[in-house]
Amino acid sequence: MARIDLVDLAQSYNGNDADIESFALKPVTMTWRQGGAYALLGPSGCGKTTLLNLISGILTPTRGQILFDGTDITQASTRERNIAQVFQFPVIYDTMTVGQNLAFPLKNRGVPKAEIDKRVAEIARLLDLTPDLNRKATRLTADAKQKISLGRGLVRSDVAAVLFDEPLTVIDPELKWQLRSKLKALHRELDLTMIYVTHDQTEALTFADTVVVMHDGRVVQSGTPAELFDKPAHTFVGYFIGSPGMNIIAAEVSGREARIDGRTIALTRGYQALPSNAKIEIGVRPEFVDITEPAPDLLSANIERIDDLGRVRFARVKVGDVKFAARVPAGFAPSGTQVGLKFQPSHVHVYADSRLVEGA
Amino acid sequence: MDKTINNKAWFLVLPVFLVVAFSAILPLMTVVNYSMQDTFGNNQFFWNGVGWFKELLDPSSDLGSRFFASLWRNLFFSGVILAIEVPLGIVVALAMPRDGWRVAFCLVTLALPLLIPWNVVGTIWQIFGRPDIGLFGYVLNNAGIDYNYVSNEFDAWFTVILMDVWHWTSLVALLCYAGLKSIPDAYYQAAQIDGASRWAVFTAIQLPKMHRVLLIAVLLRFMDSFMIYTEPFVVTGGGPGNSTTFISIELVKIALGQFDLGKAAALSLVYNLIILIVCWLFYTVMTNAGAERRPVQGGA
Repeated sequence: MARIDLVDLAQSYNGNDADIESFALKPVTMTWRQGGAYALLGPSGCGKTTLLNLISGILTPTRGQILFDGTDITQASTRERNIAQVFQFPVIYDTMTVGQNLAFPLKNRGVPKAEIDKRVAEIARLLDLTPDLNRKATRLTADAKQKISLGRGLVRSDVAAVLFDEPLTVIDPELKWQLRSKLKALHRELDLTMIYVTHDQTEALTFADTVVVMHDGRVVQSGTPAELFDKPAHTFVGYFIGSPGMNIIAAEVSGREARIDGRTIALTRGYQALPSNAKIEIGVRPEFVDITEPAPDLLSANIERIDDLGRVRFARVKVGDVKFAARVPAGFAPSGTQVGLKFQPSHVHVYADSRLVEGA
Repeated sequence: MDKTINNKAWFLVLPVFLVVAFSAILPLMTVVNYSMQDTFGNNQFFWNGVGWFKELLDPSSDLGSRFFASLWRNLFFSGVILAIEVPLGIVVALAMPRDGWRVAFCLVTLALPLLIPWNVVGTIWQIFGRPDIGLFGYVLNNAGIDYNYVSNEFDAWFTVILMDVWHWTSLVALLCYAGLKSIPDAYYQAAQIDGASRWAVFTAIQLPKMHRVLLIAVLLRFMDSFMIYTEPFVVTGGGPGNSTTFISIELVKIALGQFDLGKAAALSLVYNLIILIVCWLFYTVMTNAGAERRPVQGGA
């Protein structure tokens, strides 16, 4: 069990001298709390697996340091780090039984037989694998195999953190849910630091108490699911989290007003000193924009279609050339394709060059 | 899925059936016919029933003793070359680079012996091993080792086995390499995390994952070595004495040397039967092993 600190950590597959923009992981400094459940969320190729492999020691970083509980383990081997990692595809040792699979990491470390048996029995009980202990591991289903992979990590009593690299990719949907609940339960029971890599926001938001969003090799935001939803620090977070994603539209912002197409949208916070040559945009989630009958003081849009999600309806509209999504209030039926957009000012955020600007 | 019954499909199979009938079944029946008869030339044949087979399987007869002697030689030869080529092939495959230009270089180099025709391989080793002009034989003799594959049984066997190892280890190595390449990186990473030693990685991951290609390699090498003819014939001609006379060499001697068509036919049928049985055994083992593993691939 450990707190993990990353200090200016970066990884380049083209050497240290390569252009920083080409780094697979741009320099990042952050702390993973002991006992936290983290999700590392981002699209494919954003560097999240690279970050995970750096922590587990499969990769050695180009720059920076990794500290476990304050001890520098940057150059330590995977074996010395006491990390457990569960991969996308179940890794099991074909010739061994479930029990032998679970015992493998302990056997490799020369743990006495009695101790091994005790740990294996305990982990098998935690993971509901006890009835299968003497079966060949190859005969089991994919979700059971993932549990074995996980169990091989947990069986070591001194494990510092458990890393998951999209572990539910090959699991059937209904089992996915079960296995995810199991992970949450294990997390509560064992008080382990868990880092869960995924590109599925539902998985991330349900598993983690802290979600770390990555984009293009950078950590763009780290926060609770509610923070990510209410106050995305980067337009990418707004767009990536939520369905449909956040609306981002170019605007002129001055003081407590944003102007789009000559229409004014009120803001609750004031923005005085915006960078002069930055690209200024406002972002607002579809949940906080309603369509209404067109009115002269409202931003107008053309309806393309209405998606009925059961609980709520979202209108897909266009403001000029920009795609936009907005809520259709219950009972409202637009009379034509032309509608007005009504914003909830407190949920409108201002972005300069894609980064959130804090208003005052 | 339900099977569709369509009798027209037989018309599509029929041409193949005819080709196989003319190319394999009819010639085989001719051999069966010969095996039941005796001839003194002049195209005159006498019915002999299962007489040749009885003689063939009776070790006290001349034909039987020759058959069994060459059969043991064949089995011994196959056993020895399998015991050398399979572990050696695995070691070579493990030592091969995993990426970069050296992969192509190694693959081509390894494939070279496989591309050489059998009798050329025989000729190469026949000359290579000669004490007077062959590099190998000359060096050995100058180093004080009395090596002569023409007169010494052990040297003859040594040469034939070395030649086969040189010729065919590449095949095993290439198959194993293909098997190794198909192991996902995650297995190695997991083993690293589990603290596995190099040896544990080999026994727990690499060997089990190579299991199927190894079965194929063993099957191919067994069949080929059991049917070996050209190379030992070119190098030793079956000698010294009869010490490297394998079944196929014996067969040619009886059929073409002595023109004993009946005996030769009976011998070739039994020879064929042994190969078929071994093939069937291997096939059964392989498909059963595959059936055990199938749920894995479905599940993964």
